[in-house]
Amino acid sequence: MTGTRRVIAAAFLLPALVLLGALVLYPIGYSVYRSFFDQAGTGFAGIDNYKALFTDDTILTAVKNNAIWVVFAPTVATALGLIFAVLTERIRWGTAFKLIVFMPMAISMLAAGIIFRLVYDQAPERGVANAVAVSVHDTFNESAGFPKARPLPVHPLEKGEGGSFVSKEPVRAGEAVQVPLVGVAPAKMPGDARPAKAAPEADGGGITGTAWLDFTRGGGGKPNVVDPEELGLKGLKVEAVRDGKVIATATAGADGVFTLPASADGAQLRLPAENFREPYNGVDWLGPSLVTPGIIGSYVWMWAGFAMVLIAAGLAGLPRELLEAARVDGANEWQVFRRITVPMLAPVLAVVLVTLMINVLKVFDLVFIIAPGSSQDDANVLALQLYRSSFGTDADLGIGSAIAVLLLLLVVPVMLFNIRRIRKEAQR
Amino acid sequence: MTTPSALKPKQSLGARIAARLGGGVMRVFLILVALFWIMPTIGLFLSSLRGPEDIAATGWWKIFTAPSELTFDNYQRLLDNSTITGSLVSTVMITVPSTVLVVVIGSLAAYAFAWMDFPGRDWWFLLVVGLLVVPVQVALIPVSELFGTIGIFETTLGVVLFHTAFGLPFAIFLLRNFFAQIPRELLEAARLDGAGEIRLFTRVVMPLGGPAIASLGIFQFLWVWNDMLVALIFAGSDSPPITVALQQQVRQFGNNIDVLAPGAFVSMVIPLAVFFAFQRQFVSGVMAGAVK
Repeated sequence: MTGTRRVIAAAFLLPALVLLGALVLYPIGYSVYRSFFDQAGTGFAGIDNYKALFTDDTILTAVKNNAIWVVFAPTVATALGLIFAVLTERIRWGTAFKLIVFMPMAISMLAAGIIFRLVYDQAPERGVANAVAVSVHDTFNESAGFPKARPLPVHPLEKGEGGSFVSKEPVRAGEAVQVPLVGVAPAKMPGDARPAKAAPEADGGGITGTAWLDFTRGGGGKPNVVDPEELGLKGLKVEAVRDGKVIATATAGADGVFTLPASADGAQLRLPAENFREPYNGVDWLGPSLVTPGIIGSYVWMWAGFAMVLIAAGLAGLPRELLEAARVDGANEWQVFRRITVPMLAPVLAVVLVTLMINVLKVFDLVFIIAPGSSQDDANVLALQLYRSSFGTDADLGIGSAIAVLLLLLVVPVMLFNIRRIRKEAQR
Repeated sequence: MTTPSALKPKQSLGARIAARLGGGVMRVFLILVALFWIMPTIGLFLSSLRGPEDIAATGWWKIFTAPSELTFDNYQRLLDNSTITGSLVSTVMITVPSTVLVVVIGSLAAYAFAWMDFPGRDWWFLLVVGLLVVPVQVALIPVSELFGTIGIFETTLGVVLFHTAFGLPFAIFLLRNFFAQIPRELLEAARLDGAGEIRLFTRVVMPLGGPAIASLGIFQFLWVWNDMLVALIFAGSDSPPITVALQQQVRQFGNNIDVLAPGAFVSMVIPLAVFFAFQRQFVSGVMAGAVK
């Protein structure tokens, strides 16, 4: 009788144990073994592969980035989850809010990756992040006027420092100054620029001048002459500089005319570089320095909902009377939150943090999808490096296996914790 | 005589206004957060409804100020694209068997762990619990060599077996805990009626385990449907699932948003439908899966 029962038990267990043995347990052993052999798999390499993890620049970047990930992604997601859970607790449409924040958990990291690749797109007419950055920037800084403008050699201007242009001669009071430039496409001229005028004589010893585009379409214009169809460089900034100090500034009007006070007599004219700066093109979100924080942002977008739902369940389980008692005793909401809610939620918060940490260790899809080829090295993480080391053109399975073992070692504490928890429960 | 307001605990007018105002600020804050959270998805969705020229020229938000024509052409083209439609079929061919196998094999083992006596039962179970957190990355190299040896590398079968194996620890863990709560008398009574283990399993345990099996099934279904890494390595190059098919398009990002945006949306439709239809089960699956 017991014999047949054992056979039945074995039959129930066999499929699971065979699959687990062949595809989970055996690979662990094989990875450990393989990690001590060289690229070809024939020569014993000792701990060379593990040394490479901390000496090879690309892999070291992955180790460092993984550390950044593990520290920031779970904490930010958990903090947001806590805030959202507490704030929505007693709001009627809290469920709708939770649904919106939780929804990204249901979609694939690939889809999330595509979504955020679009958000972070460099072109401000595609990526919403840069669209916001550019419009905020342009609200506070008037957009630069003439990116490619420059003087010709025959003009009375020459290159100054840092992209500015300066007059070859100092300006004299009572003299009309000429500031001719070329190189602005007609379409890029301010819409309300008018034909330039020769500057009138200034009253009271001031200095006047004309800044204009010294170019007549279709030919016929002469350099250094304000020809009839040539337009004023509206908005061009002009500085008078003496001994390295700016003593006066002026801005050209629609007809290109500007006026400097008499005190500028004998100073040098300078057209500061800000006139010629390329238009602001937004933030390079997926460039080397911001790519990791950017991808962490997309991860938080996906997983804050997970933290929120677990914490909300924990909140619902808190004893109401305790919170009410504290309120009756005169504690304000912040004190109740700090002194009672958070400490009582500590076990839930720990579970959420640990779960997210394990999850973050293995992050792959988001980095693989969001980081463009040019900055994939800068965004590198262990799981991505493992993939590249193991399945690229010059694969090194020794290194790949060493990374796999490292990832496994990092979750061993959690593994032991789980086992101890179950043993305790079984003893009860 | 007391006026109604005097019945309330003493609270200064200032405090009440502050509370009211605080509530208002909080509401506005939450609405802004919700908009912020949903905006990236809306952006992708609106982009998927715009023609390639519109996408290249202006951002999706321009449809609010300068409405351009929204069109389903991208979706039409996508469904005429045999690579994409084929990959959707592959996704189903991978996801459905992986889910069914995990549920069946997992519940068989979970039943054995919960209600059968065999030597070393508790130790075997602890081993399964230990495997809960093993990262799939550990198995990528060894299993691709193993599958290569037995000739199922780059086949749908290989992907299914891999997903099933890595779904099992959680399945067994979740279901055993649930099955263990079935009242002993119920099982004893059935045994007295002469039911064998197989009858007990199919007639008593499986029906009672419904809620847990539903949670597990939904969880595993979403997990496999959304997977890219396992399929990237183990799926055949002639039958990639939708995630891998789209991933191959990402290299051209910027020029093919008219393919990627609707493609990503099509890949999200089923998970989102499952998510909205079975929120409760999904959430309880997520809760049980914490520290996995």
